[in-house]
Amino acid sequence: MESVAAPRFSGVPGWLRGPLPILLSLPILALAQWATAQAPFLVYIASIVGVNVILAVSLNIVNGMTGQFSIGHAGFMAVGAYIAGKFSLETKDVYLPFMQSVAASDQLMFVFALLLGGAVAAVFGFLVGLPSLRLKGDYLAIVTLGFGEIIRVIVQNTEMFGRALGLSGIPQRSSIFMVMFWVFLTILAARRIASSAHGRSLLAIREDEIAAEAMGVNTTAYKVRAFVISAFFAGVAGGLFAHFVGIINPGSFTFVKSMEIVVMIVAGGLGSTTGSIVAAVFLTLLPEALRSIFTQLGGGDQTLAQRVDQIRMPIYGMLLVALMLLRPQGLFGTKEIWDVAPKWLSRRRKGMR
Amino acid sequence: MNDLIQHLINGLAAGTIYALVALGYTMVYGVLKLINFAHGDVMMVGVYMGYATAGHLGREHQSTFLGATLVFLLSMAGCGLLGFLIERLAYRPLRDKSRLTSLITAIGISFTLSYGFQLDIGFLPGASPRAFPEIIKPHEWIVIGDHDVIIWNWQVISFLIAILLMLGLQILVFRTRFGRAMRAVSFDHRIAALMGIPVDRVIAFTFMLGSALAAGAGILYAIKDTAVQPLMGLYVGLKAFVAAVIGGIGHVPGAVAGAILLGLTEEFVVGYAGDVLRGLGAVLHLDSLGVGFTGSSWRDAVAFGFLIIVLLVRPEGIFGRVTAEKV
Amino acid sequence: MSGAAVAQETGGVKVLGTRAPREPHLEIQGLRVSYGAIQALRGIDLTVGRAEVVALIGANGAGKTSTLRAVSGMLKPAGGKILLDGRDVTGLKAHQLVPRGMAHAPEGRGIFLNLTVEENLDLGAYRRRDTAEIAKDLEYCFHLFPRIKERRKQMAGTLSGGEQQMLAISRALMSRPKLLLLDEPSLGLAPQVTETIFRTLKEVNERGMSILLVEQNAHLALQLAHYGYVLETGEVVMAGPGRELLESPEVRKAYLGE
Repeated sequence: MESVAAPRFSGVPGWLRGPLPILLSLPILALAQWATAQAPFLVYIASIVGVNVILAVSLNIVNGMTGQFSIGHAGFMAVGAYIAGKFSLETKDVYLPFMQSVAASDQLMFVFALLLGGAVAAVFGFLVGLPSLRLKGDYLAIVTLGFGEIIRVIVQNTEMFGRALGLSGIPQRSSIFMVMFWVFLTILAARRIASSAHGRSLLAIREDEIAAEAMGVNTTAYKVRAFVISAFFAGVAGGLFAHFVGIINPGSFTFVKSMEIVVMIVAGGLGSTTGSIVAAVFLTLLPEALRSIFTQLGGGDQTLAQRVDQIRMPIYGMLLVALMLLRPQGLFGTKEIWDVAPKWLSRRRKGMR
Repeated sequence: MNDLIQHLINGLAAGTIYALVALGYTMVYGVLKLINFAHGDVMMVGVYMGYATAGHLGREHQSTFLGATLVFLLSMAGCGLLGFLIERLAYRPLRDKSRLTSLITAIGISFTLSYGFQLDIGFLPGASPRAFPEIIKPHEWIVIGDHDVIIWNWQVISFLIAILLMLGLQILVFRTRFGRAMRAVSFDHRIAALMGIPVDRVIAFTFMLGSALAAGAGILYAIKDTAVQPLMGLYVGLKAFVAAVIGGIGHVPGAVAGAILLGLTEEFVVGYAGDVLRGLGAVLHLDSLGVGFTGSSWRDAVAFGFLIIVLLVRPEGIFGRVTAEKV
Repeated sequence: MSGAAVAQETGGVKVLGTRAPREPHLEIQGLRVSYGAIQALRGIDLTVGRAEVVALIGANGAGKTSTLRAVSGMLKPAGGKILLDGRDVTGLKAHQLVPRGMAHAPEGRGIFLNLTVEENLDLGAYRRRDTAEIAKDLEYCFHLFPRIKERRKQMAGTLSGGEQQMLAISRALMSRPKLLLLDEPSLGLAPQVTETIFRTLKEVNERGMSILLVEQNAHLALQLAHYGYVLETGEVVMAGPGRELLESPEVRKAYLGE
């Protein structure tokens, strides 16, 4: 039983196994979209959750897997949001004649916008990743922070991006379907990276960079690549965000946003993709839940609900400190959920990684 | 020309204040190899302590020499205590863990302080900015020409206080028994302990000293800037960190030089970058992009741009020595 | 401590010869040290008598350095007792043991390379206030190692390996210890320098200092030592007077390469 693992999905032909997860997820996503079609608030919340999951999982590619520490992730998100948002604003009325309907054309343009935003963010990811050639740990952290701030200052001073007011009237083309699709892609990418030779090299870098180098791992190339991939998905997340909120301004992408994402992955466990997902979902829903509870409690009075936002940040701060003191490896450590799940479950999942 | 002199003076005044904050960063990094991210927020707390003290003293007493001294000393002592508590409760238990763990903790403390102070529960002040009381009544100390160049009394005072504190620190670190212990701890705290040096006490004292310096610097900064608000520490702290890195972190005179360099650069960017950018913009036809050309709005980007360049070109800082990472 | 018959087996420890009776200075009882799940020391007993030189020999990873570290407070023992002058000092921190007359010249010399030679020596006397006596001890160190005197104003980082070792020993002596713990003083040194250092150790011992010496060079160590212990994978396997260990076939085979 232990030595010979039973072949998984033995009925599935080999060629289908790669795209199988995608095929399986499509009907689920469609169902989700149908279920939420009549509940705009739920869609909004679910989209926020989705964007945060993308951000957390993508940040985890850098922070969790390479042991580099980026605290400027919101900068990449901002790049993606502004580029994608601007693109959509400029091409609002463009109709691609080869598409059957305006809606379909819009969706295709939306995907273009997202890819463009992601690509530009990836270029920035490359630029920010380069210093990791020479800088280690805490220094690099400050560089990423500086990068995030520089992006913010540039945007704030550029007419094209609406300065402090930001961009408004971005066509709201996003759908829960699109968000979840990208969530899925991000997770898939992170998992693929983690279980590939590339991922093992990254983990080696995290555990002991000098030793990894001695073993012939080209640490620099891997680190830069991790930055690029991570930035790409953050850019896409920004693009998605821009297209369901409709209004973006520099205030949405401050250091605070970066820290929110850091808290998520630290809480979930650096290096654990599932941990980041759980933490991202939980930490996004928690303030929303508290807000609505307080709104109920306070009747029409909104002050209590507003308090939630105020109190959130210091609590995040204390959460970070408490986590580091009590459980520095986070909820899941570097493990995934099925590693820590009860035995009967983990046995069935054996070989999944 | 007068313009230039005025900018020099302003830059120098700003630089000395950054220097005081940067010294705290550098000292703590020196003994602990920890970027004390919360340092700027400790400074902010110090400013609020000074604010409260000045409030208690009242208008007539706060601007007397004695009153102002009291404001400084009380908030420095208060911050010293705060630094001690932070080190004892948050950093000491993590001393032998990875540096990332300590960095995350420091970020957590920074968040707790800067956002905690934005609440208006209990003694916490709330987010709205307040004017710092004039504990040093500003007057023009030297005026050249028809108000072409103005040197304010507070500029001179903060410059002198900063220089004095730096000299004191330099003497402490290089001329005293305790300073020798600090440097030993900085090199290797486990071996320092073998010399009979009480490492915990040295580190705690270094933290207290750095925090007290930050409080002093914060009040000088508040006198200059007058607006006191909970997020002020975040930016001043980051800039001071940049200054410390430019000078070579862990290096006392380096931190001072880096800070003054940063202060001057910022001042010149504010003063002249508008013109330069406008010129460049005209040449490169940047107007069509609508990039803004007022220097002051770019001020915050200067420090980080500077930092990134220094780190890329000379990561050990201008005065720092290259140290190979230990295997 | 009592003298015993030749080659006696006690608790898995092969004890050779008889030990000259001395008042115990350092007693280690059942000392255990672990690094995470790995046990570095599995309960060792050893004694250093007053003004005695005791050598610990054994292969790499046998637990010699861990023993010294546990004794000097660099490591927290997982179990066992450490008595200094009959008083329990288990779990005391390193800096608390210095005033009790212990000095540890650690593995890798542990020189503060960012300080001058003189500052390093001053730090050795960190817990002392008797300025006049400190000056005397400084002169004594300079007398032992004139090379150190020549370089007193230099940064310690500029010293050669041998000079650093001399500095490490001088610095340990500056605390005027009653018990000196030395980790591999001969490592990487030219034979002449090693000879100087061992001559110095003999001299300070004759002035009444107890020494617990860890050394790869078993020959050198056992020649100097009054008594020796052989460590193997965290346990004492053999003990006896230096000279008798030196002549025992097991030691000759395992550690002297004969």
